[in-house]
Amino acid sequence: MTDMLDTDLPSFPMARECPMHPPAEYKEIRQEAPVSRVRMPDGQLAWLVTGHELSRQVLADPRMSSDRTHPAFPLALTTEQRKAFQQNSRLSIRRSMIGLDAPEHGPHRKMLISEFSVRRIAALRPRVQEIVDRCVDDLLAAPQPADLVEHVSLAVPSLVICELLGVPYEQRHGFHEWTRKLISRRTAPEERRASADKLNDFLEALVTEKEQGEPTDDVIGRLIARNRENPVMTHDEIVGTAILLLIAGHETTANMISLGTVALLENPGQKAQVVADPSLLPAAIEEMLRYFSIVESATSRVATDDIEVGGVTIRKDEGVIISGLAADWDDSVFENPDQLDFHRGARHHVAFGYGIHQCLGQNLARMELEIVFETLFRKAPNLRLAVPAADLPYKDDASIYGIYSVPVNF
Amino acid sequence: MHITADRDRCVGAGQCVLAAPAVFDQDDDGLVAPMTFDPAEGEQDNVRQAVNVCPSSAIWIDKE
Repeated sequence: MTDMLDTDLPSFPMARECPMHPPAEYKEIRQEAPVSRVRMPDGQLAWLVTGHELSRQVLADPRMSSDRTHPAFPLALTTEQRKAFQQNSRLSIRRSMIGLDAPEHGPHRKMLISEFSVRRIAALRPRVQEIVDRCVDDLLAAPQPADLVEHVSLAVPSLVICELLGVPYEQRHGFHEWTRKLISRRTAPEERRASADKLNDFLEALVTEKEQGEPTDDVIGRLIARNRENPVMTHDEIVGTAILLLIAGHETTANMISLGTVALLENPGQKAQVVADPSLLPAAIEEMLRYFSIVESATSRVATDDIEVGGVTIRKDEGVIISGLAADWDDSVFENPDQLDFHRGARHHVAFGYGIHQCLGQNLARMELEIVFETLFRKAPNLRLAVPAADLPYKDDASIYGIYSVPVNF
Repeated sequence: MHITADRDRCVGAGQCVLAAPAVFDQDDDGLVAPMTFDPAEGEQDNVRQAVNVCPSSAIWIDKE
């Protein structure tokens, strides 16, 4: 690798041959050099980490910064798109915990941890079941073929996160569209800026309303109250946090519902097992999380010092992409990673990231997935794809992988 | 086996509770609160898994 000319470097992101598998290059790159150079769409070079242990090492290293405004932070964007993102001073999400480093990060995260504990999430189960029942019934009342994404994948997590945060669900068409444009690499710079501004304006107005009115009994309302007692966040940071929770709370789970449903339909033997015994679902979901590892974009970093990783030196101010998808297909850790094996029993995947930024909402996601798969296949035992799985519109252009629509018959 | 938990390092992911629910809990702040520091023999594999999946190295085994 060291003898390679810059122009010979592989480009990132890399294309997939099979929509259900990582780009084939990941395996070759990992075998050759699990920490290696790639070229980003804006021409900058970045390090790509493809080994599982090395990924955990980098993500746990406090010298790796999550500052998305750093000029070398790897964003899979063109120069113009990067400018539209980094120079938009109104985009409060940059001041949310996902972009903060220690020691600033801890107090921000601690303002929200209690909301997402295993016990708090378990208490939401009956309400989430009601929401899922309603969405699946909507799907089954729709003319066939019906779109699983519209009726279930996107509807369930949107309803749940709106209710949790205290965001009016009637406003979903706006934030769905703005999120879609923000995570797509096909979005032109001006459109990206406009979508970011609209999302910002929407949550700015909502947070301001909650700050000025009576305290509301929802995550944002309680965050505002907690912050009054013990000031940690500025108004802008609360807005940024609301944007982060709203995007992370609907888009990621939506894509896992779509991909997981397709995976189950394409693996009828494994599907039959979890339908017969839903107690297998938690392990099946861990395996789906590993297999798809849909969020590659959140786990990039920039080095704040010279750091030795896997025999190479990452220099201060160099960008690093830690591909959770590559890490979770590391065959030295997960035997036959291309086999979707619900009995694998592996919880150490990095689908939710690793280190201090590991997904705060992971237990909510797990519960939503469990209830959706159990309910969907119980109420619709004849559920099937209306088009071959290979022909579905996969999100090849998005920083969070998934499927745009999944037409089904039942 | 004896374990230690560091609430200052804990980021409340809840992974330990999922891996070893008989040993780990989260308090009202969502931070790690072990129910025992001397896990019974039958729990020790789960504890090892909890230690392995904790994202912020907030729990560890002092004595096997």
